[in-house]
Amino acid sequence: MGKLARKVGIIGAGMSKFGRHFPIKRNPDLWVDAWLDAIKRVDNGIEPKDVDACYVGNYSSDLFNHQGHLGPQMANLVGLSPKPAPRMEGACASSGVAFRQAILAIASGAHDVIVVCGVECMNEVSTTLVTDTLATASDNLFEYPAGATFPGLYAAIASAHFNKYGTTHDDLKRIAIKNHENGKENPYAQMQRSIQDLMARKVSKLESEGKDLPDWKDEMDYLNSSSNPMIASPLRLFDCSLVTDGASCVFLAAEDVAKNFTDTPIWISGTGQGSAALSLHDREDLMSFIAAKEAARQAYDMAGLRPKDMQIAEVHDCFTIAELIALEDLGFYEKGKAAEAIRNGETKRDGSLPINTSGGLKSKGHPVGATGAAMAVEVFKQMRGIAERDRQVKFDVERALTHNLGGSGATCVVTIYEK
Amino acid sequence: MSEEKEITIQNYLEYVNSKKLMGSKCKKCSATYVPPRKLCTKCNSTDLEWVEMSGMGKLAAYSCIGVGTSFMVDKGYSMKKPYCFSVIELDEGPMISGQLIGVDESKPESISIGTQVKLSFIETELTGETRVDLGFEPI
Repeated sequence: MGKLARKVGIIGAGMSKFGRHFPIKRNPDLWVDAWLDAIKRVDNGIEPKDVDACYVGNYSSDLFNHQGHLGPQMANLVGLSPKPAPRMEGACASSGVAFRQAILAIASGAHDVIVVCGVECMNEVSTTLVTDTLATASDNLFEYPAGATFPGLYAAIASAHFNKYGTTHDDLKRIAIKNHENGKENPYAQMQRSIQDLMARKVSKLESEGKDLPDWKDEMDYLNSSSNPMIASPLRLFDCSLVTDGASCVFLAAEDVAKNFTDTPIWISGTGQGSAALSLHDREDLMSFIAAKEAARQAYDMAGLRPKDMQIAEVHDCFTIAELIALEDLGFYEKGKAAEAIRNGETKRDGSLPINTSGGLKSKGHPVGATGAAMAVEVFKQMRGIAERDRQVKFDVERALTHNLGGSGATCVVTIYEK
Repeated sequence: MSEEKEITIQNYLEYVNSKKLMGSKCKKCSATYVPPRKLCTKCNSTDLEWVEMSGMGKLAAYSCIGVGTSFMVDKGYSMKKPYCFSVIELDEGPMISGQLIGVDESKPESISIGTQVKLSFIETELTGETRVDLGFEPI
Protein backbone atom coordinates (compact mmCIF):
# COMPACT_ATOMS: atom_id res chain seq x y z
CA MET A 1 0.00 0.00 0.00
CA GLY A 2 1.04 3.61 -0.55
CA LYS A 3 3.04 2.98 -3.72
CA LEU A 4 2.27 3.42 -7.39
CA ALA A 5 2.37 0.11 -9.33
CA ARG A 6 4.22 1.83 -12.18
CA LYS A 7 5.81 5.23 -12.73
CA VAL A 8 3.72 8.10 -14.14
CA GLY A 9 4.95 11.35 -15.63
CA ILE A 10 3.71 14.62 -17.10
CA ILE A 11 4.51 14.80 -20.83
CA GLY A 12 2.94 18.20 -21.52
CA ALA A 13 0.83 20.86 -19.80
CA GLY A 14 -0.89 24.15 -20.55
CA MET A 15 -3.78 26.43 -19.76
CA SER A 16 -6.10 29.04 -21.17
CA LYS A 17 -5.66 32.64 -20.12
CA PHE A 18 -7.42 33.03 -16.78
CA GLY A 19 -9.70 36.04 -16.46
CA ARG A 20 -13.22 37.43 -16.79
CA HIS A 21 -14.14 35.86 -20.11
CA PHE A 22 -17.86 35.11 -20.12
CA PRO A 23 -19.64 35.47 -22.54
CA ILE A 24 -16.74 35.81 -24.98
CA LYS A 25 -15.53 32.41 -23.80
CA ARG A 26 -17.39 29.62 -22.04
CA ASN A 27 -16.26 26.22 -20.64
CA PRO A 28 -15.99 24.57 -24.09
CA ASP A 29 -13.97 27.50 -25.49
CA LEU A 30 -11.66 27.67 -22.48
CA TRP A 31 -11.02 23.91 -22.46
CA VAL A 32 -10.11 23.79 -26.15
CA ASP A 33 -7.75 26.77 -25.60
CA ALA A 34 -6.10 24.88 -22.73
CA TRP A 35 -5.76 21.66 -24.79
CA LEU A 36 -4.20 23.54 -27.72
CA ASP A 37 -1.81 25.33 -25.34
CA ALA A 38 -0.78 22.06 -23.66
CA ILE A 39 -0.16 20.22 -26.95
CA LYS A 40 2.48 22.82 -27.86
CA ARG A 41 4.51 21.58 -24.88
CA VAL A 42 4.44 17.87 -25.77
CA ASP A 43 7.87 17.61 -27.42
CA ASN A 44 6.99 14.99 -30.04
CA GLY A 45 3.36 16.10 -30.39
CA ILE A 46 0.26 14.21 -29.29
CA GLU A 47 -3.02 13.31 -30.96
CA PRO A 48 -6.41 12.26 -29.60
CA LYS A 49 -5.75 8.68 -30.73
CA ASP A 50 -2.83 8.57 -28.25
CA VAL A 51 -5.04 9.46 -25.28
CA ASP A 52 -6.97 6.75 -23.42
CA ALA A 53 -9.23 8.81 -21.17
CA CYS A 54 -10.24 12.35 -20.24
CA TYR A 55 -10.50 13.05 -16.51
CA VAL A 56 -12.39 16.26 -15.81
CA GLY A 57 -12.20 18.36 -12.65
CA ASN A 58 -14.97 20.92 -12.29
CA TYR A 59 -16.69 22.22 -9.18
CA SER A 60 -20.10 23.42 -10.22
CA SER A 61 -20.89 23.92 -13.86
CA ASP A 62 -24.33 22.78 -12.69
CA LEU A 63 -24.87 25.97 -10.71
CA PHE A 64 -22.62 28.41 -12.62
CA ASN A 65 -23.68 27.36 -16.11
CA HIS A 66 -26.80 25.21 -15.64
CA GLN A 67 -24.78 22.43 -17.25
CA GLY A 68 -24.02 19.09 -15.64
CA HIS A 69 -22.40 16.02 -17.22
CA LEU A 70 -19.28 17.88 -18.24
CA GLY A 71 -17.01 14.84 -18.62
CA PRO A 72 -18.23 13.57 -21.99
CA GLN A 73 -18.72 17.11 -23.27
CA MET A 74 -15.09 18.07 -22.64
CA ALA A 75 -13.85 14.75 -24.07
CA ASN A 76 -15.90 15.17 -27.21
CA LEU A 77 -14.56 18.68 -27.88
CA VAL A 78 -11.01 17.39 -28.22
CA GLY A 79 -11.82 14.26 -30.22
CA LEU A 80 -11.86 11.78 -27.36
CA SER A 81 -15.33 10.25 -27.69
CA PRO A 82 -16.00 7.32 -27.04
CA LYS A 83 -13.28 7.08 -24.40
CA PRO A 84 -13.95 7.18 -20.62
CA ALA A 85 -14.64 10.71 -19.36
CA PRO A 86 -15.49 10.90 -15.66
CA ARG A 87 -15.96 14.23 -13.85
CA MET A 88 -14.60 14.61 -10.36
CA GLU A 89 -15.46 17.12 -7.64
CA GLY A 90 -13.72 18.26 -4.49
CA ALA A 91 -14.76 21.92 -4.37
CA CYS A 92 -11.64 23.99 -5.16
CA ALA A 93 -9.62 20.78 -5.27
CA SER A 94 -11.68 19.30 -8.11
CA SER A 95 -8.91 19.13 -10.69
CA GLY A 96 -6.38 18.13 -8.03
CA VAL A 97 -8.67 15.17 -7.39
CA ALA A 98 -9.02 14.46 -11.14
CA PHE A 99 -5.24 14.72 -11.52
CA ARG A 100 -4.66 12.24 -8.69
CA GLN A 101 -7.27 9.82 -9.99
CA ALA A 102 -5.65 9.94 -13.44
CA ILE A 103 -2.26 9.14 -11.87
CA LEU A 104 -3.73 6.18 -10.00
CA ALA A 105 -5.56 4.91 -13.11
CA ILE A 106 -2.35 4.94 -15.16
CA ALA A 107 -0.33 3.41 -12.32
CA SER A 108 -2.87 0.58 -12.13
CA GLY A 109 -2.21 -0.41 -15.72
CA ALA A 110 -5.78 0.33 -16.84
CA HIS A 111 -4.72 3.23 -19.07
CA ASP A 112 -1.40 4.43 -20.53
CA VAL A 113 -2.15 8.09 -21.31
CA ILE A 114 -4.77 10.31 -19.69
CA VAL A 115 -5.50 13.98 -20.26
CA VAL A 116 -6.62 15.90 -17.18
CA CYS A 117 -9.03 18.79 -17.76
CA GLY A 118 -9.63 21.44 -15.12
CA VAL A 119 -12.32 23.94 -16.05
CA GLU A 120 -14.65 26.52 -14.51
CA CYS A 121 -16.61 29.47 -15.85
CA MET A 122 -17.85 31.50 -12.90
CA ASN A 123 -18.72 34.85 -14.43
CA GLU A 124 -21.88 33.59 -16.08
CA VAL A 125 -23.81 34.36 -12.88
CA SER A 126 -24.09 37.49 -10.71
CA THR A 127 -21.76 38.13 -7.75
CA THR A 128 -24.52 37.17 -5.31
CA LEU A 129 -25.04 33.87 -7.09
CA VAL A 130 -21.28 33.25 -7.25
CA THR A 131 -21.18 33.74 -3.47
CA ASP A 132 -24.14 31.43 -2.97
CA THR A 133 -22.67 28.79 -5.29
CA LEU A 134 -19.32 28.88 -3.52
CA ALA A 135 -21.17 28.57 -0.22
CA THR A 136 -22.29 25.10 -1.30
CA ALA A 137 -18.70 24.02 -0.55
CA SER A 138 -19.34 24.88 3.08
CA ASP A 139 -21.92 23.28 5.36
CA ASN A 140 -25.26 24.40 3.93
CA LEU A 141 -27.27 23.35 6.97
CA PHE A 142 -25.13 24.57 9.83
CA GLU A 143 -22.56 27.13 8.64
CA TYR A 144 -24.49 28.96 5.93
CA PRO A 145 -27.48 29.86 8.17
CA ALA A 146 -25.03 31.39 10.67
CA GLY A 147 -24.01 33.81 7.90
CA ALA A 148 -20.83 32.02 6.86
CA THR A 149 -19.32 33.07 3.53
CA PHE A 150 -16.07 31.78 2.11
CA PRO A 151 -14.07 34.84 3.06
CA GLY A 152 -15.83 34.65 6.46
CA LEU A 153 -14.75 31.06 7.13
CA TYR A 154 -11.12 31.70 6.25
CA ALA A 155 -11.31 34.97 8.18
CA ALA A 156 -12.49 33.08 11.26
CA ILE A 157 -9.54 30.70 10.82
CA ALA A 158 -7.27 33.77 10.58
CA SER A 159 -8.76 35.23 13.79
CA ALA A 160 -7.79 32.05 15.65
CA HIS A 161 -4.29 31.92 14.10
CA PHE A 162 -3.68 35.60 14.92
CA ASN A 163 -4.83 35.04 18.49
CA LYS A 164 -2.69 31.96 19.13
CA TYR A 165 0.49 32.71 17.20
CA GLY A 166 0.61 36.51 17.03
CA THR A 167 0.31 36.48 13.24
CA THR A 168 -0.71 39.92 11.97
CA HIS A 169 -2.50 41.27 8.94
CA ASP A 170 0.81 42.73 7.75
CA ASP A 171 2.02 39.13 7.35
CA LEU A 172 -0.91 38.49 5.04
CA LYS A 173 -0.28 41.70 3.09
CA ARG A 174 3.22 40.45 2.28
CA ILE A 175 1.74 37.37 0.66
CA ALA A 176 -0.57 39.48 -1.51
CA ILE A 177 2.33 41.74 -2.53
CA LYS A 178 4.52 38.76 -3.44
CA ASN A 179 1.85 36.96 -5.42
CA HIS A 180 1.02 40.08 -7.42
CA GLU A 181 4.72 40.54 -8.20
CA ASN A 182 4.80 36.98 -9.53
CA GLY A 183 1.48 37.24 -11.37
CA LYS A 184 2.79 40.27 -13.24
CA GLU A 185 5.28 37.89 -14.88
CA ASN A 186 2.62 35.38 -15.91
CA PRO A 187 0.97 36.06 -19.30
CA TYR A 188 -1.81 33.61 -18.38
CA ALA A 189 -2.69 35.37 -15.12
CA GLN A 190 -5.92 37.27 -14.62
CA MET A 191 -4.17 40.17 -12.88
CA GLN A 192 -0.78 41.05 -14.30
CA ARG A 193 -0.06 44.07 -12.15
CA SER A 194 1.99 44.35 -9.01
CA ILE A 195 0.55 46.27 -6.08
CA GLN A 196 2.94 49.07 -6.99
CA ASP A 197 1.47 49.13 -10.52
CA LEU A 198 -2.03 49.39 -9.06
CA MET A 199 -0.96 52.28 -6.83
CA ALA A 200 0.66 54.12 -9.75
CA ARG A 201 -2.43 53.62 -11.87
CA LYS A 202 -4.69 55.02 -9.16
CA VAL A 203 -2.44 58.03 -8.63
CA SER A 204 -2.34 58.89 -12.31
CA LYS A 205 -6.12 58.54 -12.57
CA LEU A 206 -6.61 60.95 -9.66
CA GLU A 207 -4.06 63.32 -11.19
CA SER A 208 -5.86 63.40 -14.51
CA GLU A 209 -9.11 64.11 -12.66
CA GLY A 210 -7.50 66.98 -10.79
CA LYS A 211 -8.29 65.34 -7.46
CA ASP A 212 -6.22 65.23 -4.27
CA LEU A 213 -3.47 62.65 -4.36
CA PRO A 214 -3.34 59.93 -1.69
CA ASP A 215 -0.45 59.88 0.77
CA TRP A 216 0.45 56.18 0.67
CA LYS A 217 4.07 55.73 1.74
CA ASP A 218 4.39 52.22 0.36
CA GLU A 219 2.44 49.06 -0.57
CA MET A 220 1.65 48.26 3.07
CA ASP A 221 0.15 51.72 3.48
CA TYR A 222 -1.94 51.28 0.33
CA LEU A 223 -3.18 47.93 1.62
CA ASN A 224 -4.24 49.62 4.86
CA SER A 225 -6.25 52.27 3.02
CA SER A 226 -9.80 52.43 1.75
CA SER A 227 -8.46 51.00 -1.51
CA ASN A 228 -8.36 47.71 0.36
CA PRO A 229 -11.78 47.49 2.04
CA MET A 230 -12.62 44.96 4.74
CA ILE A 231 -14.59 42.02 3.36
CA ALA A 232 -14.71 39.80 6.46
CA SER A 233 -12.46 40.85 9.33
CA PRO A 234 -9.49 40.51 9.25
CA LEU A 235 -9.53 39.71 5.52
CA ARG A 236 -9.65 42.58 3.04
CA LEU A 237 -10.17 42.70 -0.71
CA PHE A 238 -6.52 41.96 -1.50
CA ASP A 239 -6.51 38.91 0.77
CA CYS A 240 -9.10 37.24 -1.44
CA SER A 241 -8.55 35.42 -4.71
CA LEU A 242 -10.55 36.41 -7.76
CA VAL A 243 -13.69 35.19 -9.52
CA THR A 244 -12.29 33.72 -12.68
CA ASP A 245 -13.03 31.78 -15.86
CA GLY A 246 -10.36 29.41 -17.13
CA ALA A 247 -9.18 25.93 -18.00
CA SER A 248 -6.04 23.86 -17.53
CA CYS A 249 -4.77 20.75 -19.29
CA VAL A 250 -2.17 18.18 -18.25
CA PHE A 251 -1.10 15.07 -20.20
CA LEU A 252 -0.01 12.13 -18.03
CA ALA A 253 1.65 8.97 -19.32
CA ALA A 254 3.02 5.69 -17.98
CA GLU A 255 6.81 5.43 -17.90
CA ASP A 256 7.28 3.06 -20.83
CA VAL A 257 4.92 5.07 -23.03
CA ALA A 258 6.10 8.53 -21.96
CA LYS A 259 9.30 8.21 -23.96
CA ASN A 260 7.28 8.27 -27.18
CA PHE A 261 6.32 11.84 -26.36
CA THR A 262 9.33 13.34 -24.61
CA ASP A 263 12.80 12.51 -23.34
CA THR A 264 12.17 14.51 -20.18
CA PRO A 265 8.88 13.71 -18.47
CA ILE A 266 8.29 15.33 -15.10
CA TRP A 267 7.70 12.35 -12.79
CA ILE A 268 5.05 12.05 -10.12
CA SER A 269 6.97 10.69 -7.17
CA GLY A 270 4.25 11.19 -4.58
CA THR A 271 0.51 11.71 -4.51
CA GLY A 272 -1.74 12.04 -1.50
CA GLN A 273 -5.27 13.06 -0.69
CA GLY A 274 -6.93 13.85 2.62
CA SER A 275 -10.37 14.76 3.91
CA ALA A 276 -11.77 16.50 6.99
CA ALA A 277 -15.09 17.49 8.53
CA LEU A 278 -16.96 19.80 6.20
CA SER A 279 -17.65 22.48 8.80
CA LEU A 280 -15.07 24.34 10.85
CA HIS A 281 -17.04 23.64 14.02
CA ASP A 282 -16.67 19.88 13.58
CA ARG A 283 -12.87 20.09 13.47
CA GLU A 284 -10.41 19.66 16.32
CA ASP A 285 -8.02 22.41 15.23
CA LEU A 286 -9.17 25.60 13.55
CA MET A 287 -5.66 26.73 12.66
CA SER A 288 -4.46 23.81 10.59
CA PHE A 289 -5.98 21.58 7.91
CA ILE A 290 -5.74 17.90 8.75
CA ALA A 291 -6.76 17.06 5.17
CA ALA A 292 -3.59 18.85 4.02
CA LYS A 293 -1.37 17.22 6.63
CA GLU A 294 -2.72 13.78 5.70
CA ALA A 295 -2.32 14.39 1.95
CA ALA A 296 1.22 15.66 2.51
CA ARG A 297 2.13 12.70 4.73
CA GLN A 298 0.99 10.24 2.04
CA ALA A 299 2.86 12.09 -0.70
CA TYR A 300 6.11 12.46 1.28
CA ASP A 301 5.97 8.78 2.31
CA MET A 302 5.34 7.60 -1.24
CA ALA A 303 8.17 9.75 -2.58
CA GLY A 304 10.52 8.91 0.26
CA LEU A 305 11.15 12.65 0.62
CA ARG A 306 10.73 15.29 3.33
CA PRO A 307 9.59 18.92 3.40
CA LYS A 308 13.14 20.24 3.29
CA ASP A 309 13.70 18.41 -0.03
CA MET A 310 11.11 20.57 -1.79
CA GLN A 311 12.63 23.44 -3.79
CA ILE A 312 9.47 25.27 -4.91
CA ALA A 313 5.76 24.84 -4.25
CA GLU A 314 2.44 25.99 -5.62
CA VAL A 315 0.02 26.19 -2.67
CA HIS A 316 -3.62 27.05 -2.37
CA ASP A 317 -3.90 30.75 -1.58
CA CYS A 318 -7.67 31.13 -2.03
CA PHE A 319 -7.12 33.65 0.77
CA THR A 320 -3.72 34.86 1.93
CA ILE A 321 -4.15 33.11 5.32
CA ALA A 322 -4.47 29.78 3.47
CA GLU A 323 -0.99 30.20 1.95
CA LEU A 324 0.48 30.93 5.37
CA ILE A 325 -1.16 27.89 6.97
CA ALA A 326 -0.18 25.70 3.97
CA LEU A 327 3.49 26.43 4.67
CA GLU A 328 3.01 25.05 8.18
CA ASP A 329 0.80 22.10 7.22
CA LEU A 330 3.31 21.02 4.56
CA GLY A 331 6.07 21.01 7.14
CA PHE A 332 8.08 23.82 5.51
CA TYR A 333 7.95 25.79 8.75
CA GLU A 334 6.93 24.97 12.29
CA LYS A 335 3.43 25.84 13.43
CA GLY A 336 3.26 29.57 14.09
CA LYS A 337 6.59 30.26 12.34
CA ALA A 338 5.60 30.73 8.70
CA ALA A 339 4.87 34.44 9.24
CA GLU A 340 8.50 35.05 10.21
CA ALA A 341 9.78 33.30 7.08
CA ILE A 342 7.45 35.41 4.96
CA ARG A 343 8.70 38.57 6.69
CA ASN A 344 12.26 37.50 5.83
CA GLY A 345 11.35 37.12 2.15
CA GLU A 346 12.08 33.40 2.06
CA THR A 347 9.03 32.61 -0.06
CA LYS A 348 9.64 35.26 -2.75
CA ARG A 349 10.76 33.96 -6.12
CA ASP A 350 14.36 34.93 -5.34
CA GLY A 351 14.09 33.49 -1.83
CA SER A 352 15.12 30.14 -0.38
CA LEU A 353 11.71 28.54 -0.98
CA PRO A 354 9.78 30.24 -3.80
CA ILE A 355 6.05 29.82 -3.22
CA ASN A 356 3.46 30.49 -5.92
CA THR A 357 5.75 31.75 -8.65
CA SER A 358 2.66 31.59 -10.90
CA GLY A 359 1.12 34.47 -8.97
CA GLY A 360 -1.00 32.10 -6.90
CA LEU A 361 -4.77 32.10 -6.91
CA LYS A 362 -4.57 35.71 -5.72
CA SER A 363 -3.13 37.07 -8.92
CA LYS A 364 -3.43 34.26 -11.48
CA GLY A 365 -7.11 33.83 -10.57
CA HIS A 366 -9.14 30.96 -9.20
CA PRO A 367 -11.48 29.33 -11.70
CA VAL A 368 -12.37 26.81 -9.04
CA GLY A 369 -12.23 23.51 -10.95
CA ALA A 370 -9.24 24.56 -13.06
CA THR A 371 -6.92 25.54 -10.23
CA GLY A 372 -5.53 22.15 -9.17
CA ALA A 373 -4.33 21.16 -12.65
CA ALA A 374 -3.02 24.71 -13.24
CA MET A 375 -0.66 24.26 -10.28
CA ALA A 376 0.83 21.24 -12.11
CA VAL A 377 1.20 23.44 -15.22
CA GLU A 378 3.35 25.93 -13.28
CA VAL A 379 5.50 23.23 -11.72
CA PHE A 380 5.98 21.64 -15.18
CA LYS A 381 7.17 24.98 -16.58
CA GLN A 382 9.50 25.75 -13.66
CA MET A 383 11.06 22.28 -13.74
CA ARG A 384 11.55 22.49 -17.52
CA GLY A 385 12.99 26.00 -17.20
CA ILE A 386 10.32 27.48 -19.48
CA ALA A 387 8.31 29.76 -17.17
CA GLU A 388 7.57 32.95 -19.07
CA ARG A 389 8.91 36.47 -18.55
CA ASP A 390 10.90 36.94 -15.36
CA ARG A 391 9.30 34.42 -13.05
CA GLN A 392 11.51 31.41 -13.81
CA VAL A 393 13.47 30.68 -10.65
CA LYS A 394 17.21 30.93 -11.19
CA PHE A 395 18.21 27.50 -9.84
CA ASP A 396 17.51 24.11 -11.44
CA VAL A 397 14.27 22.76 -9.97
CA GLU A 398 14.53 19.03 -9.34
CA ARG A 399 11.84 18.54 -6.73
CA ALA A 400 8.58 20.46 -6.36
CA LEU A 401 5.24 20.18 -4.63
CA THR A 402 1.67 21.28 -5.27
CA HIS A 403 -1.02 21.68 -2.60
CA ASN A 404 -4.64 22.00 -3.71
CA LEU A 405 -7.25 22.60 -1.01
CA GLY A 406 -11.03 22.28 -1.36
CA GLY A 407 -13.65 24.40 0.36
CA SER A 408 -12.62 25.50 3.83
CA GLY A 409 -10.14 22.63 3.87
CA ALA A 410 -12.28 19.52 3.79
CA THR A 411 -10.38 18.09 0.81
CA CYS A 412 -6.70 18.38 0.00
CA VAL A 413 -4.53 16.87 -2.73
CA VAL A 414 -0.75 17.07 -2.49
CA THR A 415 1.58 16.02 -5.29
CA ILE A 416 5.36 15.74 -5.39
CA TYR A 417 7.25 16.01 -8.67
CA GLU A 418 10.79 14.97 -9.57
CA LYS A 419 12.97 15.09 -12.66
CA MET B 1 -37.24 15.68 25.78
CA SER B 2 -38.38 12.53 23.95
CA GLU B 3 -35.84 9.73 24.02
CA GLU B 4 -37.71 7.88 21.28
CA LYS B 5 -37.20 10.72 18.79
CA GLU B 6 -34.87 9.52 16.07
CA ILE B 7 -31.56 11.38 15.92
CA THR B 8 -31.99 13.22 12.62
CA ILE B 9 -31.16 16.63 11.26
CA GLN B 10 -34.85 17.46 10.91
CA ASN B 11 -35.49 16.77 14.59
CA TYR B 12 -32.47 18.88 15.57
CA LEU B 13 -33.76 21.77 13.42
CA GLU B 14 -37.23 21.46 14.96
CA TYR B 15 -35.66 21.71 18.43
CA VAL B 16 -33.82 24.88 17.33
CA ASN B 17 -37.11 26.29 16.07
CA SER B 18 -38.55 25.74 19.53
CA LYS B 19 -35.47 27.41 21.02
CA LYS B 20 -33.68 24.35 22.34
CA LEU B 21 -30.06 23.54 21.48
CA MET B 22 -29.83 19.76 21.48
CA GLY B 23 -26.99 17.36 20.82
CA SER B 24 -26.47 13.62 21.10
CA LYS B 25 -24.25 11.81 23.59
CA CYS B 26 -22.71 8.38 23.18
CA LYS B 27 -23.68 6.14 26.09
CA LYS B 28 -20.63 3.98 25.44
CA CYS B 29 -17.79 6.54 25.28
CA SER B 30 -19.47 9.84 26.32
CA ALA B 31 -18.59 11.68 23.09
CA THR B 32 -21.04 14.54 22.55
CA TYR B 33 -22.13 15.87 19.15
CA VAL B 34 -23.75 19.15 18.22
CA PRO B 35 -25.47 18.98 15.75
CA PRO B 36 -26.33 15.46 16.92
CA ARG B 37 -25.07 12.28 15.28
CA LYS B 38 -26.75 8.87 15.20
CA LEU B 39 -23.42 7.08 14.73
CA CYS B 40 -20.61 7.76 17.15
CA THR B 41 -17.49 8.22 15.06
CA LYS B 42 -15.20 7.92 18.07
CA CYS B 43 -16.19 4.39 19.10
CA ASN B 44 -18.54 3.33 16.27
CA SER B 45 -21.51 2.80 18.60
CA THR B 46 -25.11 3.58 17.67
CA ASP B 47 -26.16 3.77 21.33
CA LEU B 48 -26.61 7.55 21.51
CA GLU B 49 -29.22 9.68 23.27
CA TRP B 50 -30.42 13.27 22.98
CA VAL B 51 -28.93 15.77 25.42
CA GLU B 52 -29.79 19.42 25.93
CA MET B 53 -26.89 21.89 25.90
CA SER B 54 -26.50 24.45 28.66
CA GLY B 55 -26.00 27.12 26.03
CA MET B 56 -22.80 28.30 27.68
CA GLY B 57 -19.52 28.45 25.85
CA LYS B 58 -16.64 30.59 24.69
CA LEU B 59 -15.67 32.28 21.45
CA ALA B 60 -13.23 30.15 19.43
CA ALA B 61 -13.09 32.10 16.13
CA TYR B 62 -15.00 34.91 14.44
CA SER B 63 -15.24 37.36 11.58
CA CYS B 64 -17.23 40.57 11.13
CA ILE B 65 -18.56 40.11 7.64
CA GLY B 66 -19.35 43.08 5.40
CA VAL B 67 -20.03 41.16 2.19
CA GLY B 68 -22.64 38.72 3.47
CA THR B 69 -24.97 35.96 2.42
CA SER B 70 -28.18 36.89 0.59
CA PHE B 71 -30.22 36.23 3.75
CA MET B 72 -28.07 38.62 5.76
CA VAL B 73 -28.08 41.22 2.98
CA ASP B 74 -31.89 41.04 2.98
CA LYS B 75 -31.83 41.65 6.74
CA GLY B 76 -30.02 44.91 6.13
CA TYR B 77 -26.40 43.97 6.81
CA SER B 78 -23.76 45.59 4.63
CA MET B 79 -20.14 46.74 4.61
CA LYS B 80 -21.26 49.70 6.70
CA LYS B 81 -23.19 47.41 9.04
CA PRO B 82 -21.37 44.05 9.30
CA TYR B 83 -22.59 41.02 11.25
CA CYS B 84 -20.38 38.69 13.26
CA PHE B 85 -20.12 35.05 12.20
CA SER B 86 -18.65 32.96 15.00
CA VAL B 87 -17.53 29.49 15.98
CA ILE B 88 -18.38 28.80 19.62
CA GLU B 89 -16.84 26.11 21.81
CA LEU B 90 -19.67 24.93 24.03
CA ASP B 91 -18.88 24.08 27.66
CA GLU B 92 -19.85 20.47 26.95
CA GLY B 93 -17.04 20.21 24.37
CA PRO B 94 -18.47 20.40 20.85
CA MET B 95 -18.22 23.53 18.73
CA ILE B 96 -21.06 25.10 16.75
CA SER B 97 -21.46 28.03 14.34
CA GLY B 98 -23.71 30.95 15.20
CA GLN B 99 -24.06 34.71 14.93
CA LEU B 100 -22.35 36.65 17.72
CA ILE B 101 -24.54 39.52 18.90
CA GLY B 102 -24.25 42.16 21.61
CA VAL B 103 -20.84 43.19 20.24
CA ASP B 104 -19.62 46.12 18.17
CA GLU B 105 -19.26 44.50 14.75
CA SER B 106 -17.74 47.68 13.32
CA LYS B 107 -14.80 47.21 15.71
CA PRO B 108 -13.62 43.60 15.30
CA GLU B 109 -10.55 44.39 17.44
CA SER B 110 -12.93 44.87 20.39
CA ILE B 111 -14.01 41.22 20.20
CA SER B 112 -11.79 38.68 21.95
CA ILE B 113 -11.32 35.00 21.40
CA GLY B 114 -12.01 33.22 24.66
CA THR B 115 -14.86 35.54 25.65
CA GLN B 116 -17.55 33.67 27.61
CA VAL B 117 -20.84 33.61 25.79
CA LYS B 118 -24.36 32.31 26.25
CA LEU B 119 -26.96 31.13 23.77
CA SER B 120 -29.41 33.76 22.56
CA PHE B 121 -31.69 32.59 19.76
CA ILE B 122 -32.23 35.04 16.89
CA GLU B 123 -35.70 35.27 15.42
CA THR B 124 -36.40 36.63 11.95
CA GLU B 125 -39.94 37.26 10.78
CA LEU B 126 -40.49 35.94 7.28
CA THR B 127 -43.76 35.73 5.37
CA GLY B 128 -45.93 33.29 7.29
CA GLU B 129 -43.29 31.99 9.68
CA THR B 130 -40.56 32.84 12.14
CA ARG B 131 -37.06 31.63 11.35
CA VAL B 132 -34.95 30.82 14.40
CA ASP B 133 -31.14 30.83 14.20
CA LEU B 134 -28.42 30.23 16.77
CA GLY B 135 -27.08 33.39 18.34
CA PHE B 136 -24.58 33.90 21.13
CA GLU B 137 -23.84 36.94 23.25
CA PRO B 138 -21.10 37.77 25.73
CA ILE B 139 -22.05 37.17 29.32
